[in-house]
Amino acid sequence: MSSIEFRKDLFSDERDDNLKEIGQPTQRQDILGHVTGRSPYYDDHLFDGLLHMRCVRSEHHNARIRSIDTSAAERMAGVKRIITAADVPHNINTLLALINFGKDDEALLQGERVSYKGEAIVAVVAETDRQARDAVAAVRIDYEVLPHVLDPEEALAPDAPVVNNAYPNNTFDYHELYDHQKLRFGDVEKGFAQADQIVEGKYQLSPIEQAPIETCGAIAAPETNDRYVCYTSTQALFFSLGTTAKLLDIPSSRLHFIGGTVGGGFGGKVDSLHEPLAVLGSVLTGAPVKFMWDRAEEMQVGAPRGAERWYIKDGVMNDGRIVARQFTGYFDAGAYTRLSSYAIIKATGHLPGPYTIPNVASNVFCVYTNRTPATAMRGFGITAVDFSIECHMDKVAESVGMNPIELRILNAYRDGDIKAHRRFAKNTALVECCQVAAQKAAWPISANMAAQTSLSGGGRTEIPETVTDQVGRIGERRRSPVPREPGAGAQSKGRVAAGTASQAINAAPPQDDDMIIEASRIGHKISEHPQQTAPHQPPVPPQPPGYAPPLVPPAPSHTLAQPAASRPPVPQPPAPPTPPVPPAPSAGAASQPYKPDSPFQRGVKRPGVSSFISGTRRR
Amino acid sequence: MVRVETFANIAEAAGAMNQETRFLAGGTLVMEAVNYGSQRFNRIVRTRDPAMKSISLDSSRIVIGAGVTMADILRNPELSFLAPAARAVGGPAIRNMATVGGNLFAPNPYGDFATALLALDADVRFTDGSETPIESFFSNRHSSRGLVAAVIVNRRPDIELRFKKVSRVKPKGIAVMSIAVALNRQVGRLSNTRIAFGAMGPTALRAKAAEAALESATLDAAGVASALNRTMEGLAPQDDPIASAWYRASVAPVHLRRLLLGEESFR
Amino acid sequence: MTKTPVRFTLNGSEAAVFVQPGANLLDVLRRDLGDLSPKYGCGQGACGACTVLIDGEPHVSCLTLAETVEDRRVDTVNGMQNGPDLDALQQAFMDGFAAQCGYCTPGMLMAAKSLLSANPRPSRDEVIEAISGNICRCTGYEAIVDAILIASGQATRRVG
Repeated sequence: MSSIEFRKDLFSDERDDNLKEIGQPTQRQDILGHVTGRSPYYDDHLFDGLLHMRCVRSEHHNARIRSIDTSAAERMAGVKRIITAADVPHNINTLLALINFGKDDEALLQGERVSYKGEAIVAVVAETDRQARDAVAAVRIDYEVLPHVLDPEEALAPDAPVVNNAYPNNTFDYHELYDHQKLRFGDVEKGFAQADQIVEGKYQLSPIEQAPIETCGAIAAPETNDRYVCYTSTQALFFSLGTTAKLLDIPSSRLHFIGGTVGGGFGGKVDSLHEPLAVLGSVLTGAPVKFMWDRAEEMQVGAPRGAERWYIKDGVMNDGRIVARQFTGYFDAGAYTRLSSYAIIKATGHLPGPYTIPNVASNVFCVYTNRTPATAMRGFGITAVDFSIECHMDKVAESVGMNPIELRILNAYRDGDIKAHRRFAKNTALVECCQVAAQKAAWPISANMAAQTSLSGGGRTEIPETVTDQVGRIGERRRSPVPREPGAGAQSKGRVAAGTASQAINAAPPQDDDMIIEASRIGHKISEHPQQTAPHQPPVPPQPPGYAPPLVPPAPSHTLAQPAASRPPVPQPPAPPTPPVPPAPSAGAASQPYKPDSPFQRGVKRPGVSSFISGTRRR
Repeated sequence: MVRVETFANIAEAAGAMNQETRFLAGGTLVMEAVNYGSQRFNRIVRTRDPAMKSISLDSSRIVIGAGVTMADILRNPELSFLAPAARAVGGPAIRNMATVGGNLFAPNPYGDFATALLALDADVRFTDGSETPIESFFSNRHSSRGLVAAVIVNRRPDIELRFKKVSRVKPKGIAVMSIAVALNRQVGRLSNTRIAFGAMGPTALRAKAAEAALESATLDAAGVASALNRTMEGLAPQDDPIASAWYRASVAPVHLRRLLLGEESFR
Repeated sequence: MTKTPVRFTLNGSEAAVFVQPGANLLDVLRRDLGDLSPKYGCGQGACGACTVLIDGEPHVSCLTLAETVEDRRVDTVNGMQNGPDLDALQQAFMDGFAAQCGYCTPGMLMAAKSLLSANPRPSRDEVIEAISGNICRCTGYEAIVDAILIASGQATRRVG
């Protein structure tokens, strides 16, 4: 049996322990529905005359579509509608376009070219699931098969096949500058030069399918008030709503989305592929339409946690202190961006792991390959690099002949340490974690290490002079091979003075006035500085961790170097609970934020019901 | 579109079979194909004939109807020697459905029960009464046209059947491999040993080189050593999501040794 | 298309329905009879979310040809309650946090119900074997096994 042990001896003065709920048994609020089989998942809504949708999918990793012949399928029994790319009103999107991050790069249905095996080309709507499947089997597609690339490092070669037309260099564009996300803190070359040993390692993680037991899907139906109701498995109802409104070019006020009861998601139900197709099917047939993946689709087409590969190079002193750490990371995004671009921002913010290392540099690439697009899954962006870092810590311990837990305690960040993304570490607990783990595993550690605490010993607080470079500008790699490691191949290096937070990169302005965050309206503190809550003067928007925003306000270095015995004030807004605000608006009219012509006019005061609904349950 | 035809007895059902039909017994293979819209058949043939579910035993042979389920095997004390193999198939619900006949057709890496039948030199009986040794049945399985009525196992009290399924998830997981060994010991020496591997080729396969190496050997570490070295001869493992061919080939001798020498409890 | 009439007992009541050719029991229960308690997870017998009892024994309804249940007894979670009272298994699942997303729960309950009917005081290993065909992707197995043992009266709830 599992049980939780609360270590209330740790940090006891930081916490009010008169808790009524935490640590006490409780019941889920939805549990009665679960044990009686009455929780309403999306497929638990019955509609009269429900039609079924299935997709014709690419048989190739990369191919041009010469022709699509649906004539035989159209004549088959029960077939109501064949949907192709031409039927999708605005057939290009990227999930994070809703927060203005990245270029539209993915079609709902592909008509000209497919970039991964399983990509949807044609959707068939029929009276029964079997009829839809039979019609799918009768659609003929003539492909011109193109060379493909399945490995992220191979995809960076100048002659690699282009995977994604929106990103012809096979890499996501960061900050409209580089084909990778940079992190520079101090001078790793100097650190390597002063180190007693260099320890290098290569680590990788395969894609992982979330595999929820409920497969992804949605049911859409016309309502009596000129809206469409959509029951969906989504984990991100407003992503799904906004994405559907954009792809179908329909005001979101005409979409009545109902979610919230999800049969397992784990990140695999944020990509909003089902709702647009189900609603489109309903629009085109005037009938309720269900689009539900089967298990084979869930495994083949469902976006997984993406593959990652990490190269780590450490400069280590013989006493175990790590004085420099360099990363070169590759995220395999698959054929389209989805959430991989954001995962890299998260990963970079996490580097160099929970350790205080004076010199850190990383180049992380979001690479397109002809594989199933990757997306969110439980801690994505962090999981693989943490795995890599901790494997590497063991390798370092072996190299210097040191107890691996003591190595971690020695290098662990403490309260008040400045991290590579130029924020202070606070509420750290790695030291205590290591001590408890050692104790539980009966792993001996020295008295000195057992006496350490996260509360003291921090204060490695100076932002060092930082070496920069401009290698890897967008498109450069297409023309000739460019080194991938941080700093390599740089003809000229820049220097940012010690104590300087970083180069300021302005975030995208809010698209509409009503998107400006009012500090008083959100549940957490975003600033201690009253001038930032002035009306219509947006506070600095929430930044992704690791995105290297300017310190707010710019802090003189002497305040950063204050003694660390007490917790230093931390002048940053807390990490945002939402995906990142983009660095800058993308250029070009095509990427203007979506705005319906006449939003919020219909249906607002006329709630309706589907004339097809026959109750969620018939007895 | 698929039609279902139900017949009163097995002979009529056999007469209705052709290239575009599948015979449905437990449904665990056929219904999956139906659910996924297989275009390879358009008719399902089934029968209510109780003969399909009969188990008959005489002094020398055990005739197990093709429609006997894994749960039926587990309930029958006379068939306890087959219980470890029957229990290796699926979870309880699948064992209530999956049949002996169906297991003969289960594609790699499935077919754990049939692996045990191969080690026992079972015969496959068709509805026309003809019988085929299971090994030749497997080698012609892709073109097999008859309807299987039963499998026949000789009663051999002198033979000890050992079975082991290697899987990553326990107690129910898809096979990395399954191994069935029929041991016949004459005065401490092995004779006529049968070693069958499941999930190590397109069908269950015998490791004949290893079998030969065990002839007259003693059942100890020294006696089985040369057989272990020859485990992979004649096997053809494939990559699949459960394990790579390389991994299967690497661990097969290890698991065979453990089974032969009783180094772990097996069930 | 020609539909086939099928009659059987569903949770103690007579059910009569015309089924599409090749329809599986899961679709018939859900779409034609409105019993939404068994869930679709795979359509290939791998996940167990659609587990129902046929003549008291667990079966995966997604692989059961609907017409094969003619004259047989089918039980689902929908019939598990006794009037206003929950089954001991349902209560134990509620109390013991033995469901997270809840999607595998109906299948788990059916597998457990079958076990306790045949073996009212199972060992922990027997419980694990009984639910081995049911995947919980939220991986709450420990709580589920505990709840089944508690429902069998052999364990008490661990607090804290």
